[in-house]
Amino acid sequence: MKQVFKRPESMTDKSFHFCPGCHHGIVHRLVAEALDHFELREKTVGVASVGCSVFLYDYFAIDVIEAPHGRAAAVATGTKRVLKDHIVFTYQGDGDLAAIGTAEVIHAANRGDNITVIFVNNGIYGMTGGQMAPTTLLGQRSTTSPYGRDCNRDGYPIKMTEMLAALEGPSLVSRVAVNTPGNVKKARKVIRQAFQMQIEGKGFSFVEVLSTCPTNWGMTPQAANDRIAEEMIPYFPLGTLKQKDIVDVL
Amino acid sequence: MSTPKKVFTKGNEAIAMAAINAGCHYYFGYPITPQNEIPEYMAMHLPAVGGEFLQAESEIASINMLIGAAATGVRAMTSSSGPGISLMQEGFSYFAGNELPAVVINMSRQGPGLGGINATQGDYFQSVKGGGHGDYKLIVLAPHTGQELYDLTIKAFELAEKYRILTLVLGDAILGQIKEPIVPWIPEYTGGDPDRDWVITGAKGREPRRITSLFLADGEMEKHNWHLQEKYDRIERDDVMVEEVDVEDAELVVVAFGTVARIVKSAIAQVREAGMKVGLVRPITLFPFPRQALLTLGGRTKKFLVAEMNTGQMVEDVRLSLPGDCQVDFYGRPGGSVPTPEDLVAVISENYSKIKTGK
Repeated sequence: MKQVFKRPESMTDKSFHFCPGCHHGIVHRLVAEALDHFELREKTVGVASVGCSVFLYDYFAIDVIEAPHGRAAAVATGTKRVLKDHIVFTYQGDGDLAAIGTAEVIHAANRGDNITVIFVNNGIYGMTGGQMAPTTLLGQRSTTSPYGRDCNRDGYPIKMTEMLAALEGPSLVSRVAVNTPGNVKKARKVIRQAFQMQIEGKGFSFVEVLSTCPTNWGMTPQAANDRIAEEMIPYFPLGTLKQKDIVDVL
Repeated sequence: MSTPKKVFTKGNEAIAMAAINAGCHYYFGYPITPQNEIPEYMAMHLPAVGGEFLQAESEIASINMLIGAAATGVRAMTSSSGPGISLMQEGFSYFAGNELPAVVINMSRQGPGLGGINATQGDYFQSVKGGGHGDYKLIVLAPHTGQELYDLTIKAFELAEKYRILTLVLGDAILGQIKEPIVPWIPEYTGGDPDRDWVITGAKGREPRRITSLFLADGEMEKHNWHLQEKYDRIERDDVMVEEVDVEDAELVVVAFGTVARIVKSAIAQVREAGMKVGLVRPITLFPFPRQALLTLGGRTKKFLVAEMNTGQMVEDVRLSLPGDCQVDFYGRPGGSVPTPEDLVAVISENYSKIKTGK
């Protein structure tokens, strides 16, 4: 019998600890598939961030450095400056990248550091129990915005993809989602493109992936998945805002 | 080999020169006075040896870039001064937890706050007692001359690698800015032990590795803490450095480090000529602190004077180290005031006369 689907070689066989309906598992797999696609497993260094994504090293069969909260892009910059022939990526949530680590990611992007950043935006602090994130939508309730996010008090949800696309340094800046099979396929392609940019030395590549957090949103997996299309995508539109030319090997 | 050649150079440049000669080819830093000659020298000279100089967006970024580079097993460095070192404390804690080797230079300046740009020793506590979160130590080296800045920078890389620890060279604005002759030399370094089982190089033909300081399983964090403590104990046992001057017959021993120790040496030369039996203990390693040397000395000399450019920091460690029957006085000049040899001659003479008059 022909095997048509299997675990990527870049992943371990450890079961995910993620909550039911969480999109981290899908995003992990898409990253691993991209590493497999370009046969990068043995020359890749992952940089894990603080949050639910910190356990990256349990699930990827690659060398991993765990960064302090928000500092993944700076750690990756240091590693890539030494291991220039290796592939270095960070995997960060929205609290990590868009709040405490804003300076680090903007300057890595602006320098065009030849790394790939996977930004999982679920609009909430997951690991710490559902506090308001910089990407929490207006009116959204969280444990620290119990009456809903108020733009007069908390400002507006931050659009990292749009911000980074304004810089000269990045090679690819894109926002994707994994809430439908069609969107998963598109996300797979964009994540591969992001790694291809790095392989070809084009500089900083950035993929924002809209993601669910059913537990902290207080929703069933199905309702959380639906919310991506109904509430998140209208505010965080999908699409590639910046892309340098690459040969399409996909 | 030809005769060693002297060069006339600023302290900051001596450090940068030593680092490159020690095989440090990766430097990340952010401008701050009074240490700017270090990044400037690195920016000028690292490209020639195939190295990387990167000016970071902040000291927070610098120390984290250093984490990323150190994890690959190369020699790497950053430098800063007080306010920037404060920002790096988070990273220092991660270096300790991750057990990564690297070198940080603190050319300290006055504080607290923005302070000023003159020399101080107000960062002693921050350097040796932690500053970041958690139960950890750095190795802290305290040079007092241009040559020693050079030598101890090389030593810092060796100690960092020996123990997988962050090593801090604690200088000050005077040491960084003063220009004096040094003899540069090149230590043996072949790129680090190839058998290291922790370096991040990509999991080619081996099991994947991880650099982490997260230990959630029951008891694992305590185990890791005891492992670190065992390492700090070994450092205290094997790598204390201390200079003792004229202590054999001393009735009064001055304890000072760095710039102050240098000034004390001038003062002691003067009071010795006047017939006063005064010696100096100069801790070169602030951690590990030369506790044993002081304990031994305190068995025969009972009067000590600690001199620092702060309001009294190392004096606490001196008191903890000496036998209980020793008397320890303190002379401090905080806020960037540097004592002259005459200031110290006066305070030493006063303390010495108290011994003679039995006070």
